[in-house]
Amino acid sequence: MLHNLAVNYEEAIAMLLFVIGFANLLLQKNLIKKIIGLNIMDSAVYLFLALKGYIEGAAVPIVVNGITDKEAYINPVPAGLVLTGIVVSVSVSALMLSLTIRLYRRYHTLNLDEISMRLKKEGL
Amino acid sequence: MELIRNFPFFSIMIAMFSGPVCSVLPGKVARVVNACVIVIVGIMSAVLLGYLYVTGESFVYMMGHFPAPWGNEIRAGVLEAGMAMFFCIVMLLSVLGGIKKLFDEVVVSKHNLYYILVGLMLSSLLALVYTNDLFTAYVFVEINTISACGLIMIRENGRTIEAAVRYMIMSLIGSAMILLGICMIYDLTGHLLMSNIKESVAAMTAGGTYPEPLLCTIALMSVGLAIKCALFPFHSWLPDAYGYSTVSSAAILSSLVSKGYIFLLIKIIYRVIGFDVYKGSGVIDVMFIFGLAGMIFGSVSAIRESDVRRMIAYSSVAQIGYIFMGIGMGTQFGMVAAVFHILSHASTKSLLFISAIGLTDVSGGSRKFIELTGSGYRNRIAGLSFAIGALSMVGVPLFSGFISKLLFAEAAINLSGRMLPVFIVLGISTILNAIYFMKTVIRIYTPVDESPYPRAHMRQLPLYSMVLCAFVILNVVLGVMSDPIIGLIGQGLTMFD
Repeated sequence: MLHNLAVNYEEAIAMLLFVIGFANLLLQKNLIKKIIGLNIMDSAVYLFLALKGYIEGAAVPIVVNGITDKEAYINPVPAGLVLTGIVVSVSVSALMLSLTIRLYRRYHTLNLDEISMRLKKEGL
Repeated sequence: MELIRNFPFFSIMIAMFSGPVCSVLPGKVARVVNACVIVIVGIMSAVLLGYLYVTGESFVYMMGHFPAPWGNEIRAGVLEAGMAMFFCIVMLLSVLGGIKKLFDEVVVSKHNLYYILVGLMLSSLLALVYTNDLFTAYVFVEINTISACGLIMIRENGRTIEAAVRYMIMSLIGSAMILLGICMIYDLTGHLLMSNIKESVAAMTAGGTYPEPLLCTIALMSVGLAIKCALFPFHSWLPDAYGYSTVSSAAILSSLVSKGYIFLLIKIIYRVIGFDVYKGSGVIDVMFIFGLAGMIFGSVSAIRESDVRRMIAYSSVAQIGYIFMGIGMGTQFGMVAAVFHILSHASTKSLLFISAIGLTDVSGGSRKFIELTGSGYRNRIAGLSFAIGALSMVGVPLFSGFISKLLFAEAAINLSGRMLPVFIVLGISTILNAIYFMKTVIRIYTPVDESPYPRAHMRQLPLYSMVLCAFVILNVVLGVMSDPIIGLIGQGLTMFD
């Protein structure tokens, strides 16, 4: 068990980062910290994916010297998936930040629990 | 006939591009364009359904020029086409039924923005239904989340923005888990297309390689999707999001968004993991238990609620529990019951939301039960439709809710170990449903001597009344003509393999 962790330490780090981001997104009260947690969590998945696509000693999958042997190149699909994922997470972070700005303008606080308490008092 | 095979692709694209087109149109024109798009997509899905029913075979549509292991694919079977058609009907009725409220609650200059979101929502739902590629499914899950967030916060006040933030937080946790699950299954199998993954997974389970990562993947994807459709312990965002957004959004969110995710989960179970492998994993038991818990706790929360919109929202938690119980039974019958309940709940819940808004409108805009007294007399059509929706939810014959409860009970017979819990919880949940829905129906039909609020007449609200009638008809059709529909669902599920 421990031996496996030591061999795949990169993946273990990615999972650790995922859990850190997950906990931040779920447990932090401050909205900005939540968004930071979200980005850590997404980046951890991309790290994991990029690691899986990387083969030690293999080159970028662009044929330049006429080498067409597939063993010479890494798998380009995970890189493409990471790029798509980054686009998605950027748009989601932008949306979250814009929501945060709206809430801050109304309530002058970033604490989500405090905002909920005030909403309950307003009794809308 | 070759043209019909393009229909899934056309419907996704038409719905998606209606969004950008609506952004440059004035609100009124955007509304017409949007309604036309939904109708066109619905007709195309109906034609596709007829074509697939006649040929009796599903087909795979190649996106671009690359064949199977590399390119992207769309797949259409009877169940997919039927579901797409049903989504279009419910979406059209929900949007039309809430138009008047949209005028009251959203500034006119923002109306075209609403139709962008509806277009995007429709296209992402269709893509979730039709896609044969897991990563495409993930991307459209995110598009679905973003447009759902917009639908919640289009009515801009503190409550809805807070609800949108809470919705986003839970949804993003769910989608990150789905993404991680997809990455892991891609590592294990080297494929992203569902059919290829299924072959590899079958080979892996036969060979006994990587059992733990496979279990982990199944758990991540199931739990991620369960969070996104508000299965019981993850439902904290739901009452605010459904209770305070504008009524069309609430109807769309409760009846379509969560159903799109559940449909994706069923697709993953059948077409990615394989039904037998999924059944063999412990995840299905967890789904079953949380489904049962949701049925009870959702109803208990609904009973304690004094706000009619929030009560209907909590009732959704219970109904999602029913669907997961059906999935968790681990038989074909259970799955048929779950799919039928998707249809039944979608048609009933949007009916309830839209009729409830008619009742609150004739009660001075208040949603508290005290104020609703006698509102069934002040707006007769809304009162009647609410009563019918409530009867359907409780499970009275003639209406769709009865059939789905019957199917769940039938599916549970002969199920060793699960029959007793299903029957007990089904019974308790039906009683709880009856308590809070009948309480509301009795309340709205309690006569008051002199009401301070004016009456609303059917002639003043022609569109609203028509929408409610259409919903009632849809509900009765599902309840009375259930046999062919159940047959189609069974055929569609067999086509999945």
